[in-house]
Amino acid sequence: MKEEERGKIKVYGRPRLKKALPLMYCPGCHYGIITSLIAEVIEEMGIEGDTIGVSSVGCTFITTQYFDLDFIDSAHGRSPAVATGIKHAHFGKPIVFTIQGDGDLAAIGMGCIINAINRFEKITTIFLNNANYGTTGGQLAPTTLLGQKTTTTPDGRDPKTAGFPIHIAEFLSNLKGVAYSARCAVNTPANYNRAKKALKNAFQKQIDGVGYSIVEFLSACPGSWKLTASEAMKRIAEDMIPEYPLGEFKNVERII
Amino acid sequence: MIKRILTTGNEAIGHGAIYAGCRHFFGYPITPQNQCTEFFAREFPKMGGVFVQSESETASINMVYGAAAAGVRAMTSTASVGFSLMQEGISHIAMAELPCVVVNVQRGGPGMGTTQTAQMDYLQVTKGGGHGGYRNIVLAPASVQECFDFIQLAFYLADKYRNLVLALSDGIIAEMAESIELRTLEFDPLPEKDWALKGKAHKGGRRDFISCSNLLTRPTRDGLKVLGDKFHEIEANEVRYENYMTEDANFILVAYGSSARISKEAVDIARSEGFKVGLIRPITLWPFPYKPIRDLTHGKKFLVVEDGLEQMIEDVRCATEGKSEVYFLGGTARHLPGPGGMIFPDRVIEEVKKLI
Ligand code: SF4
Repeated sequence: MKEEERGKIKVYGRPRLKKALPLMYCPGCHYGIITSLIAEVIEEMGIEGDTIGVSSVGCTFITTQYFDLDFIDSAHGRSPAVATGIKHAHFGKPIVFTIQGDGDLAAIGMGCIINAINRFEKITTIFLNNANYGTTGGQLAPTTLLGQKTTTTPDGRDPKTAGFPIHIAEFLSNLKGVAYSARCAVNTPANYNRAKKALKNAFQKQIDGVGYSIVEFLSACPGSWKLTASEAMKRIAEDMIPEYPLGEFKNVERII
Repeated sequence: MIKRILTTGNEAIGHGAIYAGCRHFFGYPITPQNQCTEFFAREFPKMGGVFVQSESETASINMVYGAAAAGVRAMTSTASVGFSLMQEGISHIAMAELPCVVVNVQRGGPGMGTTQTAQMDYLQVTKGGGHGGYRNIVLAPASVQECFDFIQLAFYLADKYRNLVLALSDGIIAEMAESIELRTLEFDPLPEKDWALKGKAHKGGRRDFISCSNLLTRPTRDGLKVLGDKFHEIEANEVRYENYMTEDANFILVAYGSSARISKEAVDIARSEGFKVGLIRPITLWPFPYKPIRDLTHGKKFLVVEDGLEQMIEDVRCATEGKSEVYFLGGTARHLPGPGGMIFPDRVIEEVKKLI
């Protein structure tokens, strides 16, 4: 690097599209990191002027305040339908993404996302899996790990009565309309960088009109897991990733 | 040159939407409004419009929510059972103040009820339906021409107030064919939708946030005031009704939609027999014409004709403030015992003669 260029390269900083507001998340929550990552990716791809975000019910609702982007929130589980309306309103031109938690996407909104994919919408869904209902205080989610204690499975999730963790990124990748599906984490710098690449891929698939794209994030929820930030990080590495392997489950150039 | 066509109530809604400049329809099939959805599926793609068949009415209304937020004239159409499924979305639309149009072609209920005509959704459409005590403007067409006209009016009112407007049809109005005049109705200019989501690049870099909640946008009390003031303004300005031979009448029928057509015929026959019968037809079911009805109470009796069980009678009783007798003739007066049948004018006259 030449001497005169020093000081001009951004090493660290808040993404331009992330507003400087006090953090409303619990200490150690990964939502803040993921919000920054999304802002960073949209900024780097230069698509902010055409991007519209759709949030849902749950802590994803809070993310709406941080993005310097057109945004709308929606009823619980319905954001893929709302995104469909927005995308078609402007005849397919805008880049539309939904940001959804696990209760929102994997429970109440499962039918909605499956059908949005199956209609062959070109939308990107960012799915934040923290294995419980964070906002409401830590109840069982479809993604809760076996044995994991939640306020509605106080003795731990027992598959006999509460079923099994659902693997959204793999499951949805089976649908024909999906162009890209990956699962990521932000618990290490390496995983953060992989997640950034995955998000770029996902948006690119939408821009290229290939099909639906999904990026699932394993997200620490110390607030409702009732763990410290570092214990929550440990859970991501030791419990979550073994159950929910990271990686790409689908990446196709063409569907039709 | 006047352009006339012969069409059904269901298809007139489609023609009305085209004349209103609507090019976005999201819907799910359900009887007795399928012709309406099929009209959009057939006609919109030809004119560069958007037709999306959703997986449920829950999805349809949320698509409308998204499209309306993006600033376009968007609508959906359904029938009673599907309308129930839309209540969640409609409540969210009320909070987000998104202008859009919903058509409910009533069929019999409750539950799956029947696929055939009825007027059994009055309380649901006028008193909220979803949670939170919001109001939708409800227009009740009583002819195929009105199906066409009221969709244009509905989009105008929706845009004027940033509110959902509902066109409440029924199986009879939907499936009967009449000759209508295709005409563009003139309305006052509307404000720009400068709040719409288009992407920042399309509005000078400004970011907009549309929310179906008060949580992040304003104190609850301010939110209540915004909605409350708007609802009061609509109540003050948008009451619509038709008075038919009420001036000298001592017996007044009150009916909307298909029952109003039947009641009008009953008035004509009754008049030819020398009975002083009139009809007041609420055109907006919300805001309801309380005052016009109250103004008629002196020395008169009222008969509500509604093809179902007692619903609108509650508003008529409220309007008359106990100053007049209010009677009811409903779905049990149909000429057939099965899911079909209808209340014939003769049956209305028979009731009038009994009560007058
Ligand atoms: S409840 Fe969980 S997801 Fe919500 S802000 Fe707190 S840590 Fe984050």
